[in-house]
Amino acid sequence: MGTLAEKILSVKSGKDYSANDIVIAKVDVAAFQDGTGPLGVRQLQKMNITKVKAPTSIFFLDHAAPSPRRELSNDHMLLREFSKQAGAILSEVGDGVIHQRLVESFAKPGDVVIGGDSHTCTSGALGAFATGMGSTDVAIGMAIGKTWFKVPETIRIEVNGKFQPGVFSKDLILYLIGMIGADGATYKALEFGGSTIDKMSMESRFVLSNMAVEAGAKVGLIASDRVTREYLKARGRLKDWRPLAPDKDANYEKVIKINAAKIEPQVAFPHTVDNTRPISSAKGKKVSQVFIGTCTNGRIEDLKIAAKILSGKKRATDTRLIVVPASRDVYLEAMKLGLLATFVKAGAIIMGPGCGPCVGVHQGVLGNGEVCLSTANRNFKGRMGNPEGFVYLASPATAAYSAIKGRISDPREVIKKGKKGKIRVNKSKKGRGNR
Amino acid sequence: MILKGKAWKFGDSISTDLICPGRYFHLRSNLPELAKHVLEDADPQFASSMSKDDFVVAGNNFGLGSSREHAPTIIKLAGVSAVLAKSFARIFYRNAINVGLPLVECDTDKIEQGDELEVNLSTGIIRNKTKDIELGAESLPKAMLNILNDGGLVAHIQKHGDFKLD
Ligand code: SF4
Repeated sequence: MGTLAEKILSVKSGKDYSANDIVIAKVDVAAFQDGTGPLGVRQLQKMNITKVKAPTSIFFLDHAAPSPRRELSNDHMLLREFSKQAGAILSEVGDGVIHQRLVESFAKPGDVVIGGDSHTCTSGALGAFATGMGSTDVAIGMAIGKTWFKVPETIRIEVNGKFQPGVFSKDLILYLIGMIGADGATYKALEFGGSTIDKMSMESRFVLSNMAVEAGAKVGLIASDRVTREYLKARGRLKDWRPLAPDKDANYEKVIKINAAKIEPQVAFPHTVDNTRPISSAKGKKVSQVFIGTCTNGRIEDLKIAAKILSGKKRATDTRLIVVPASRDVYLEAMKLGLLATFVKAGAIIMGPGCGPCVGVHQGVLGNGEVCLSTANRNFKGRMGNPEGFVYLASPATAAYSAIKGRISDPREVIKKGKKGKIRVNKSKKGRGNR
Repeated sequence: MILKGKAWKFGDSISTDLICPGRYFHLRSNLPELAKHVLEDADPQFASSMSKDDFVVAGNNFGLGSSREHAPTIIKLAGVSAVLAKSFARIFYRNAINVGLPLVECDTDKIEQGDELEVNLSTGIIRNKTKDIELGAESLPKAMLNILNDGGLVAHIQKHGDFKLD
C-alpha cells in the first residue's frame, strides 16, 4: 500500500511509515557542489568533524568550472583539501554537472540521496529518494550518515499516449509545471508513471525528475524497471540495479492524467518556470543566444537531436549558440559520434562539461535586454547573470531549430515521423520551415 | 519571543536568485559582503534602506528555486528579524530553520509596506500596529520548532549528538 516515497523511506528508516510521518533515514549518498560545499565544509569544521560517514560522500566542482575568479578558486581549494582529508570523493573541474554524474556513477534504485543542490531530485528517475537540501542539512547527513524527513504525500502523474514528433519529455514537464504551478507540489512527491513513461528512455526520464522541484516537489520518482536496468547495465553497474515499484493500492493525494499526444512543444516565458505556453505563442520571438546543455538537457540524447537539426545548417547571424555537454562521458560520446563537429560547423561554441552559463556565474552572461532560449530548468530574473536579461526555456529540439531561425521556432516544422516510428529530421529546402 | 519592526513588502514567487543573485557567486565565502546584496534583484533599495529588526513580508512561495542556504543566511545576517509570507518553498523553509531565521506563515495581504508589526513567535500572533489588527499564523511543525529552539541544526546536533525531533 505504499507509494515509491513511502516504500523507500520505510526501508531506510527501518519501519513501515506513511505520508506525514517524521522519519530518520539512512543516507546512501551525500553530495555537494562548489556553490554550496564551502558553507557545508565550514559547518563540519565548526563541529570538528574530520571524517565523513555517509557511504558515498562527494564534492562536485561544476558550477564555476573552471573557476573564473580567485575567490572561487579558493573555494575549490577548500573542497579539494577537505575531501582528501575527510575521505570524500572529489569530482574535478571538467568531470561534469553534479546530477548527471550522480545518475551516471553513484545513485541507485532504493537509495536515499541528499544533495546541496535543488536539482538533486534528478536521481529520482532511477528510483532513488533523491532531494535537494541546504548546506547544513547535507553537511550533517554527510557527517552522521542520517537525515530526517517528513514522508511526503504523493501526486501521481499518469502519462499515456505517444508524443507527436518534435515533442519531448521536456515539453511534458514544462506542460505539467504550467498546469500545476511552481508551488503545485510543494512538500510533496511527484511520481511519474503510465505507458508513456514505461516506454521512455532513461535520459528522457531524468528530465522529468530533474524539474520536479520546479513544481515545488521534494522528489520526482519513477519506478525502477527494465529501462533502468538497461541504463545501469550499459554503465557497467548492473549490480546496482533492483526492481522497485509503487504498490498497486498505494495512497495518492491526487492522480493527474495526461495524454501525451495532446502536448505541443512548450516554452516557459520569463521569469518563472510555470509561465509556460504552447510554442505558438512564442513563435517569432527573436533570440540573441541559444544555450543547449545543463543537468536538464545536456545529455547525449539531447545533443543527438540538436545535432540532427543543426547538421549542415548554420546558426542565424544574430544568434549565438552555446553547447555544453553535461559530463565528461557525454562529451566523449558526442566527440565519438561527431556531434561536436556538427555544432562547431553550425557556428556554435562548445564549452567544457559543467553548468556553463546556467546559473550566471560565468560564460554566456546576457546583456541588457537580451533574450536567451535555454534548455535549462530555470528562467528566474537574474538567472543568467543579468536581471535585465530574459530567459526562455524549451527542449533541445526547439533550441536547435530556433538557433537556425534566430527566432523561437516550432521544431515540428522539421521533425517528422520516419519509418518504424523513428523520428526523422526533414532536410528538404522546401520543408515547411522555409516556406 | 516578541519581534518588533517595520514591514518591507515583496510580491509572490521571490526566488533564491532574487534573494541571493548568482552573479555574486564568488562572494559566497564572504557572507557579510554577500549580505549587502540581499534581495537586490527584487528591491534594489532594500539592503541599504532597511533597519535592523525589520520584517520581510511576501506573498506565495517565498524562497523558491535553488537550495542555496546563503539565501536565508544573508536575510538573517542583514538584520531581518523574521520573514512573513503566505507560503514558503520547501528547501528554503528547512534552511531558514536550520540557520535560525524565523518564518511565519500568515495572510500577508493585511500588511502593507512600512506597517509597524509585532510578532510573537511563541503564540503565533502578529499585531499590525499601523492598521490596529491582529493576525493569526500557522505554527511551526514540532520537529522544526525543536531545531529552531536549540538555535539551529548545528547546535541541535551538538546538543543531542543525533536528531531529537519528538
Ligand atoms: S546545470 Fe544549472 S540547474 Fe543544473 S546543477 Fe548546474 S546550475 Fe544547477
